[in-house]
Amino acid sequence: MARALDDPVSDTALTAVALNRFEYNRILERLGRPPNDLELGMFGALWSEHCGYKHSKALLRRLPTDSPRLLVRAGDENAGVVDIGDGMAIVFKIESHNHPSAVEPFEGAATGVGGIIRDIFTMGARPIALFDSLRFGPLDDARNRYLANGIVGGVGSYGNCVGIPTVGGEVVVEDCYAGNPLVNAMCVGLLRHQDLMLAEASGEGNPLILVGADTGRDGIQGATFASVEDPESSARGVVQVGNPFLEKLLIEACLEALSTDAIIGLQDLGAAGLTSSSVESAARAGAGVEIDVAKISRRAANMTPYEVMLSESQERMLVVAESGRESEVIDVFDKWGLHSDVIGSVTSDGSVTITESGKTVAHVPIEHLNEPPEYRLAVEFPDYLAGASALDISAIPEPKNVGEALLSLLSAPNIASKECIYRTYDQTVGSNTVAGPGADAAVLRIKGTERAIALSTDGNGRACYLNPKAGGAMAVAEAARNVVCAGARPIAITNCLNFGSPSDPMVYYQLYETIEGIAEACEAFGIPVTGGNVSLYNEAAGRQIYPTPVIGMLGLLENVETTTGIGFAAEGDVVAVMGDLAGSLDGSEFLKHFHGLIKGMLAIDLDREVAVQKACSAAIEAGLLRSAHDISDGGLAVALAESCFAGGVGVNVDSVPTEARIDELWFGESPSRILVSISPKHRSRLLDLTASVNVPLHIIGRVGGDRLKLARNADVSLDEARQIWSSGLANVLSGRMEAQYT
Amino acid sequence: MSVSNYRVTVIVRPLDEVVDPEGDTIELGLHQLGFEGVANVRSGKVIEMVVSAADAIHARSLATEMSEKLLANPLIERFDIEVGQGSVTQQ
Amino acid sequence: MKACVVVFPGSNCDADTYHALKEVAGFDTDLRWHGDTDLEKYDLIVIPGGFAYGDHLRAGAIAHFAPAMRSVGEAAKRGVRILGICNGFQVLLEAGLLPGAMLRNDSLQFRHQWVDLRVESTETPFTAACGQGQVLRMPIAHGEGNYFADPETLRQMGHERRIVFRYSDEEGNVDPAHNPNGSAENIAGIIDEGGNVMGMMPHPERCSESILGGTHGALIWRSLGL
Repeated sequence: MARALDDPVSDTALTAVALNRFEYNRILERLGRPPNDLELGMFGALWSEHCGYKHSKALLRRLPTDSPRLLVRAGDENAGVVDIGDGMAIVFKIESHNHPSAVEPFEGAATGVGGIIRDIFTMGARPIALFDSLRFGPLDDARNRYLANGIVGGVGSYGNCVGIPTVGGEVVVEDCYAGNPLVNAMCVGLLRHQDLMLAEASGEGNPLILVGADTGRDGIQGATFASVEDPESSARGVVQVGNPFLEKLLIEACLEALSTDAIIGLQDLGAAGLTSSSVESAARAGAGVEIDVAKISRRAANMTPYEVMLSESQERMLVVAESGRESEVIDVFDKWGLHSDVIGSVTSDGSVTITESGKTVAHVPIEHLNEPPEYRLAVEFPDYLAGASALDISAIPEPKNVGEALLSLLSAPNIASKECIYRTYDQTVGSNTVAGPGADAAVLRIKGTERAIALSTDGNGRACYLNPKAGGAMAVAEAARNVVCAGARPIAITNCLNFGSPSDPMVYYQLYETIEGIAEACEAFGIPVTGGNVSLYNEAAGRQIYPTPVIGMLGLLENVETTTGIGFAAEGDVVAVMGDLAGSLDGSEFLKHFHGLIKGMLAIDLDREVAVQKACSAAIEAGLLRSAHDISDGGLAVALAESCFAGGVGVNVDSVPTEARIDELWFGESPSRILVSISPKHRSRLLDLTASVNVPLHIIGRVGGDRLKLARNADVSLDEARQIWSSGLANVLSGRMEAQYT
Repeated sequence: MSVSNYRVTVIVRPLDEVVDPEGDTIELGLHQLGFEGVANVRSGKVIEMVVSAADAIHARSLATEMSEKLLANPLIERFDIEVGQGSVTQQ
Repeated sequence: MKACVVVFPGSNCDADTYHALKEVAGFDTDLRWHGDTDLEKYDLIVIPGGFAYGDHLRAGAIAHFAPAMRSVGEAAKRGVRILGICNGFQVLLEAGLLPGAMLRNDSLQFRHQWVDLRVESTETPFTAACGQGQVLRMPIAHGEGNYFADPETLRQMGHERRIVFRYSDEEGNVDPAHNPNGSAENIAGIIDEGGNVMGMMPHPERCSESILGGTHGALIWRSLGL
């Protein structure tokens, strides 16, 4: 089986497993012999960027991971576990499925959703919510439209069937995502502290049980596939097809089996299949594992040990049971009609041993597999940034008609209503949804308590492109602002870092700086990063995507009744802005939409941001606010329109004392600003509250009527504006059914 | 050149190596109903149409093009085409 | 009131329905497995929403052969109240306990939205606490809720006042613009000839508490408790 020392492995063979010569020599050094093909494949998978984080691990150490609320720290387990009181905890994680979705959008997105759900229920948590942050290329292009519709279909199909509500997410359209859409799915689970289950393979002699789907040739080398630059051109296995019905059975069966106490550890099979799941769970326990591939039920004939160990067939779980009690576990799976095979056992030798009918076909110490080389590259300021930040605002004429500009902006895909997408998602199954898509943050009540959680996913590739560090911080700040507007206090984040190829110094700089920005923002808010995912090599046609971190923010409401929506609630209420009245146009949707410009200097003052958010939280908890809405894409005018649409009532803004340009006033996008409405009787209390923490409060008008009236010349019909906003995205996404695969 | 109408049936099936959750579930249902001797259930779809073409060969080539472009997804499905004998009326 | 919710592989509104029956309605409620056949002790049997058996082949097609469904059929004959919600409605149709069938939504998409429903009959055990013509607001969440029945069946059901809910606007006007899925005559819920088996596409269990945005679902439970 072993390759002779004088039989050098070819470059082609190394490329096929996404390893380079340097890495191969490291393997030789560690093993003291050449690996055989199976061992080489296992190294390739575990040392891939997708599993091994070799370009990002050193940088990720910058992220703060400590908090008294954490039951499990980032990186130690599949997902972070955050205490929310009353003996309950939230498990949540976001993960990408970008490359598979670029090839087969429906199944790529569906299996992405399936994978992240498994990460959550393996920890003993019941999944209670899904979020999907989606990014597409321009939708006037048929291929991008096909990818977008397929991805939305796959997300909905999986989540709806498995019975987890999709309560939020994002849809963003930028040129840079053409041919390389981003699909980031976040799953949120709820557990009682005592039900927490770790993914550890411990206890010599304890049996390993593989449960769920049979193993086929699906997605072989998916992990390495996600770690090369042009996935469509590389050789790969069969497209993975998701089976949400089977997943639903796995959720129920696993949660029921966990209640037997006969389970020691539980791990899902994701990227690199059985190889990564067995190695990672043994590594956590400092143990070894032995697996006989002949005992694994297959869906295809003549599969080699290599194919079995690297298959990415979906909906499979690895269960470590207590020796002698395996039948209790298997009985539960039988009840749910799920097939299970005892495929091996835990050992104490610290190695992974693969046999086929008694013959050893691979034997590698786990520490070698589990510790890929780490790369640290030089961080150099890229040339493009000087040009991209040079914006001469004086050369841009101010809009003559703010009303017309607002209506046009409301139809832009990034601003228009996303309802045409989220109405295809079940948002209320589980009967916990207090606020769903369309709100700043989703709010879910926690049954049996007075509490609720608020969650939001936010990314901002354009801002990170213009200033990676400020952009990274702004993504965290916006996600926090969103949960604050819903009445929650931010308590933890998960993150998905979508970047181009790290071997491009520009991309490496972007990654370094973005992580720095995320870290600084988390420190300012005093919240930890509980885990996440890095997706590199996102590029198409030689062009790197914008550096796109997506932040999943978890917030906590002590009392669900205090939750606040974005909609104006009553005629005569006072409308105000917390924070600066006008914003900067740098990097704004306005500049892109009307002037085709992606330019500007971006900045965020984290002290101001924290102060504004604390003021908003205090005002909500004191019962002063009737609505609160983050001012973000499209600026104040768009935020006003959205609060009108949600409340079904107009607004008259007649007091905007500012020296700013008219477009900066209405369409500027600086962070740290919140649009609120209050009952007139609370006006002075709110002024006192904000003044006491040095946060500006601008009273700008009143709720009422059926028009959007903005001082300095805009007066549009609410119905007309709503019609334009409601149909903007639907119009570009629909169109004829088109030739799909060409 | 005269054109006739042909009844064309396209049968779309999952590729053999791709998992077929629907087929698997139908098999489970059949077993529960007592049809124990059933295995390898695969579920696809049938698309029927009337196609105007110069002859049956042309009708088939049109249907092949339709299948490649729209009716089947070559990443996960294969297709077979049946072209009926003689012409029919297109309504 | 002794109630049970029948759980099929792929049911996903079972826990929600259990919560509404037990915690909101206050009924003595059990979850029962699709393989169970001892359902004699229940006054109310609910077939919950979801994707029983993944909805493969046709929604409800495989579920209706489950052992529990034989007991449900026998209970229906005895006059026990049977409620099928969403996928449960589809199962009751496939089982022949209610007439008609479900087609894919005319949009060809899964649709989740809050809809208005006009109560067409209060002479049922499920709607006795509603007002005649009252408009209820409830969420729907389905891909196959486009109710189909032949014209004679529709005429007869109308004549016998067995159409319980129709999709409407918020004033109770029934028109095609407020039909979310293409259902014949905007039908959202029907009852059988015996008056004890009802199927409905909207989800009352998701709108029985004010924190969830509406409480009209609780009217169904209140009616059953009368």
